[in-house]
Amino acid sequence: MKQSILLAGQKFQITIQRLCHQLIENHADFADSVIIGIQPRGIYLGRRIVEELKVIQDGAAISYGELDITFFRDDFRRKDSGPLVPSSTHIDFIVEGKKVILLDDVLWTGRTIRAAMDALQAFGRPAKIELLVLVDRRFSRQLPIEPDYIGIQVDSIDSQKVIVGWNEVDGHDSITLLTE
Amino acid sequence: MTAAARQISTHHLLGIKDLSEADIELVFETADNFKDVLNRPIKKVPSLRDITIANVFFENSTRTRLSFELAEKRLSADTINFAASSSSVSKGETLIDTVNNILAMKVDMIVMRHPYPGAGVFLSRHVNAQIVNAGDGAHEHPTQALLDAFSIRERYGDVAGKKVAIIGDILHSRVALSNILCLRKLGAEVMVCGPTTLVPKYITSLGVKVEHNLIKALNWCDVANMLRIQLERQDIAYFPSLREYSMLYGLNKRLLDSLNKEITIMHPGPINRGVEITSDVADSHHSIILDQVENGVAIRMAVLYLLAGKRG
Repeated sequence: MKQSILLAGQKFQITIQRLCHQLIENHADFADSVIIGIQPRGIYLGRRIVEELKVIQDGAAISYGELDITFFRDDFRRKDSGPLVPSSTHIDFIVEGKKVILLDDVLWTGRTIRAAMDALQAFGRPAKIELLVLVDRRFSRQLPIEPDYIGIQVDSIDSQKVIVGWNEVDGHDSITLLTE
Repeated sequence: MTAAARQISTHHLLGIKDLSEADIELVFETADNFKDVLNRPIKKVPSLRDITIANVFFENSTRTRLSFELAEKRLSADTINFAASSSSVSKGETLIDTVNNILAMKVDMIVMRHPYPGAGVFLSRHVNAQIVNAGDGAHEHPTQALLDAFSIRERYGDVAGKKVAIIGDILHSRVALSNILCLRKLGAEVMVCGPTTLVPKYITSLGVKVEHNLIKALNWCDVANMLRIQLERQDIAYFPSLREYSMLYGLNKRLLDSLNKEITIMHPGPINRGVEITSDVADSHHSIILDQVENGVAIRMAVLYLLAGKRG
């Protein structure tokens, strides 16, 4: 097993800040926009981005929710490991007519994002959905889905894994590429 | 990106007996999430859209059949319903033949209620489908026990250490047996209470207390689960009259007020108002009878979802 660290430390923090500024460019004060992190790992990115946005914008209110997509997956019976146990959904607002920014840590096949767009319909019809990912694994998409905001782009093959570590759960901020 | 994968350990749900504590906990966690889904404006998820489920009922049912059917529809499964009273069973078709004919129409799961104990186990050995037991005679009714324990967990935060009294016709009740097994696995204390003729002789071997005095049982418990007298299963007279039963074992407001604590009242339904429980108790704030029904849909969604995940 070979590990190479793609991003860590201050560069990681700078990437998060850059993403925040790109969001502000398009959404200004977030009056009509909501941020939704995808369970289970996208929520750490979501919480970090919201925290950072509040610092930059001096405590402005931002609607933030967390969405579980387990029941909307198209592969839940195709994995050897059986059904995926759901995480919880916390969305205490209606997304009807809002600009929704979906957040996930790694974009790979695009199937998670497709499921998230399905799951989101239960909360209304958004005016627009955008996608922000910390890592874009290029050339591995199985669906026509592309992100609007990208932390870093990675060229990887199927057998490799991209792991995002978060200070609050893993003890360090990092993006690691694992090769079998 | 991938969440931790946990599975239920059984291929069928035939009884609580086959489930581990971890299985029950997994059903509860999954049901928590389905309960959340059921409170959204759009109450439907697509998880089981490629599954067909037959609800095969050889015995009457209101709550269980509707609850299963709704759970299946909320999961986007296709459903067909079968009631023995209006079928070819009356023309002499055997159980295996009936079910195999249903399966020939490409059905993946069977939810079955049957008057004979062990009918689900028998079927699971002879047909190629997943079986969910929705009550087999006086044997087990696993989804009812799961939703009862889930309702207790919802009310008190935890089932372990709670004192639950099951009161009424223990002898003929599948709800009693499944509840005892489920609550014991989750670490609750269980007492059964009823006339000596309606409490099975060896029930203490399941690790439950036996009490024949209703007032003592009520004073002991945190939760009282009142059971119906199952006259349809009673081939001989087990007590002199319903009126006498009601005087000795019926729960009324006066009795409830005489206790020096608040207890929670449950009932699996159907209620015989004025026999085992009076209307003022059944409709009081002590009663979580309708919460049980609400939780039933979420629990059944969880069971069907987890079992479907066991299919290749």
